Amino acid sequence: MADLSTLKPGDALPALTKPPITRTTLALFCGASNDHNPIHVDIDFAREAGMEDVFAHGMLSMAYLAQLLTQLTDQRNIRSYGVRFGSITHLQDEITCSGRVTDKVKHEGEDRLVLEIAATDQRGDVKLVGQAVITL
Amino acid sequence: MLDTSKIGTKSPPVSVPVEIGQLKFFAKATGETNLVYTDETAAREAGYRSLPAPPTFAFSLSNARPDPFKRYTDLGLDLGKILHGQQQFDYVQPICAGDVITIEETLSDAYEKKGGALQFYIFDAVATNQHGDIVLRMKNTVVQKHG
Repeated sequence: MADLSTLKPGDALPALTKPPITRTTLALFCGASNDHNPIHVDIDFAREAGMEDVFAHGMLSMAYLAQLLTQLTDQRNIRSYGVRFGSITHLQDEITCSGRVTDKVKHEGEDRLVLEIAATDQRGDVKLVGQAVITL
Repeated sequence: MLDTSKIGTKSPPVSVPVEIGQLKFFAKATGETNLVYTDETAAREAGYRSLPAPPTFAFSLSNARPDPFKRYTDLGLDLGKILHGQQQFDYVQPICAGDVITIEETLSDAYEKKGGALQFYIFDAVATNQHGDIVLRMKNTVVQKHG
């Protein structure tokens, strides 16, 4: 893992691109994440609800974005992680996770980095934006 | 109109064993390549008791109840019209396979915007392990669309 102590506000984090999301991805995530809302896996239910098709769980992209953090540091160094969900992620979307350092702070006796992170699709549409605080 | 009388309502606490098989399944479903999340030897070498639960897994634990959407439908929410608005985790200590995590969730706020077209429900949850230690806190915003 990278030496985080040299990171400073403005620095970009190493990006992470995930494979396109398929129906299989959603079926697996439905079972693995205990989120059985049929809107993500049952096209009949999705159409009944007025959608054209099933769409991805927001928490799938949040899990992807967490991998941006855990490829950067051991997860025991993550103090907080939060996101705001934007537009819906559709089948075949390819999610890229990226971020940058926005601040370096001392809190509770720790040197911490404040990170602004985002998941975007192949068109550059932002799916979720978030913030994480990690300790060095 | 939004029914604010339910603010403060606590869901029945849920206690969930963190199973190694489900952690491996979650790793597969999310295309995890970091061995710490799939290989117990790698996890132990990294100083974990067993496989660690990845950062968002506690949300899945909170859904490990017989009817995870009942807490939403009890509020009159329509599963076909709700969206996950925001999600926050504040970490205290790791969750690992073999732990038993108890999650207590409270509807801490509810409000509407755009003349009632959007209703926001805020759920705050505390997760403790089998030793009674708090492992993390979660805040979940559910948005209900009307019309």
